[in-house]
Amino acid sequence: MNGKTVAIETQGLTKIYTRGIEQVLSVNEVSLKIAQGDFVSVIGPSGSGKTTLTNLLGCLDNPTRGELALGGRQIFGSGKRLSERELTRIRRETFGYIFQNFYLIPTLTVLENVLLPLTFYRKPGTESEALRLLGLLGIDHRKDHLPGEISGGEMQRVAIARAMVNRPEVLLADEPTGNLDTKRSTEIVQVLKELNQTAGLTIVMVTHNPELARQANRMIEMRDGRVTEMQA
Amino acid sequence: MISKFQVAYKNLLRKKVRSLLTLVGIALSSWVLVSLLGFNQGYETSLNRDIDNMGFQIMIMAKGCPYEAATLMLQGGAGLRYMKESIMADIAKEPEVEQITPILMSALFDPNKGEKGGIAGYFGIDAKTFAELKPFLRFKQGGWFTAPDAREVVMGYEAAELETREVGDMILMPEKNVQLKVVGILERTGTQDDGTIFVPLKTLQKVLNTPEDITTIGIKLKKGVDSAGLEEKLYKLPDVQIVSLTQVKETIMKLISTAKVMVLSIALIAIVISMVGVINTILTSVWERFQEIGILKTIGAMPGDVFQLIWIETLLLCTTGGVLGIALALFLSKVTDLAMRAVLPYAPGGGLVMIDTRLVLLTLAGIICIGLVSGVYPAWRAGRIRPLEAIRGEAGR
Repeated sequence: MNGKTVAIETQGLTKIYTRGIEQVLSVNEVSLKIAQGDFVSVIGPSGSGKTTLTNLLGCLDNPTRGELALGGRQIFGSGKRLSERELTRIRRETFGYIFQNFYLIPTLTVLENVLLPLTFYRKPGTESEALRLLGLLGIDHRKDHLPGEISGGEMQRVAIARAMVNRPEVLLADEPTGNLDTKRSTEIVQVLKELNQTAGLTIVMVTHNPELARQANRMIEMRDGRVTEMQA
Repeated sequence: MISKFQVAYKNLLRKKVRSLLTLVGIALSSWVLVSLLGFNQGYETSLNRDIDNMGFQIMIMAKGCPYEAATLMLQGGAGLRYMKESIMADIAKEPEVEQITPILMSALFDPNKGEKGGIAGYFGIDAKTFAELKPFLRFKQGGWFTAPDAREVVMGYEAAELETREVGDMILMPEKNVQLKVVGILERTGTQDDGTIFVPLKTLQKVLNTPEDITTIGIKLKKGVDSAGLEEKLYKLPDVQIVSLTQVKETIMKLISTAKVMVLSIALIAIVISMVGVINTILTSVWERFQEIGILKTIGAMPGDVFQLIWIETLLLCTTGGVLGIALALFLSKVTDLAMRAVLPYAPGGGLVMIDTRLVLLTLAGIICIGLVSGVYPAWRAGRIRPLEAIRGEAGR
């Protein structure tokens, strides 16, 4: 960790799903530390538990067992389960999320989509963030367009701006380039890399693409629910 | 910044046809509700005004069906039987009586009225006492008769309009071939007097060849006296019947109350149907946006925020639909009035549908409340959507 502050720490994190009569061990005793300012990519084959791990790290789901701490504060552990309300509160104070399918609201303009998180929760000084981020991501000229009127790459940039508008501590990106071509994928990962380097943002990115994964400064491989640290 | 109101409004525009159809459903229900409630209060007010404008609280008529007689009196028809004018002297002596007036009603067939002819109502009255009982009568032109046996008429506003008569014109009394001079035209009163032709009592008695006969006596009571006591005494008079207009009003209201219950039931059914429509629309919209709603929770929306968003959509639909429905009810109130008159056995003069500010505000508040109740379940379901289920696309599980 080289003396850096720990952003996320897990100890024996485990998630077991019940599918019919079968129990699926999706995340198996994962213990890892992610420091503030890290850019971590998570790779692995389909069904290896990448998304489940990201969901647990991002407080989108309760683990079956194990511990999770954010910035030194214990969130899960000792059988503690949080309500949806408590999880939402932690999520909006700590995380920004980017998904493969962008999930922009089709009836709102690009700018309105980016402003939307501030309708529900606003950290001090974030009022002018939306336009600044759109400029930073090179899509300010599209601010009055609807999502249906812009390209996939631009939509993902809007989703990044939306995730960033409340100045999150950690950005979780689940297959952010899954719906994009190679050129756009490279551009998006480049954007994430710049955000990591310039703003010191902690990023956890799930991807299938080893080339893109290598852009991160840490690589974690998941296989059968277990993690292995790889050389980035 | 973007407000929850803007987000909700823009979402309703997403499926324009569906939102529009729901809006139409709410508007139609509101229209029915406002019109029926307007009828409810309009009918009673008009009936009260008609009866109050008769100027007397008790009518004495020759024996027969009192309600038929009273209805004919209200509608300007003919009396059933005659009684002698002389009985008035005894009645006038009663201490409870402030004023009495004799009336001789007659309905004559006028072949020139309308396409196939019609009934013309003539009231033989004593101008002096009749005018004292109806101080609200005002003349548009002219005035009362020049003598108690003059061959003159005073026309109600509508009667004069219908026959395009002016003061000074001569009219021919149908069936009797007697010419009468128009000496006065009354201003509009909104009562049955508007369609009536008034003739001096003596003149009508002579023309109808019924000297000393009258059909009705109107009695105005002194303030604060007990009408029941006087009615008791009047019942002792031979061959007459007493009609208390309060009783007439109560009887008519009872007759009409069955119809009112029916129409209000229809209005309630319409409201329930539109409520189900609102629930269906909003719930469908929630399931369609399952992923979107889940994503809202990943970007900071609490369950209460999502609940509010969905509730605002319901509120917008119901308020807009309610306002449209009320506007429609106001715009079509004349049509509703005519439709009601066509189906009711008796309708008083004046407006049958009375939609005032209080009714508008109460109905709108009611519709909004119903809308908010309708929105509770879809909004609650939306508030419970978990982001993880949404991301996995586990809609409706």
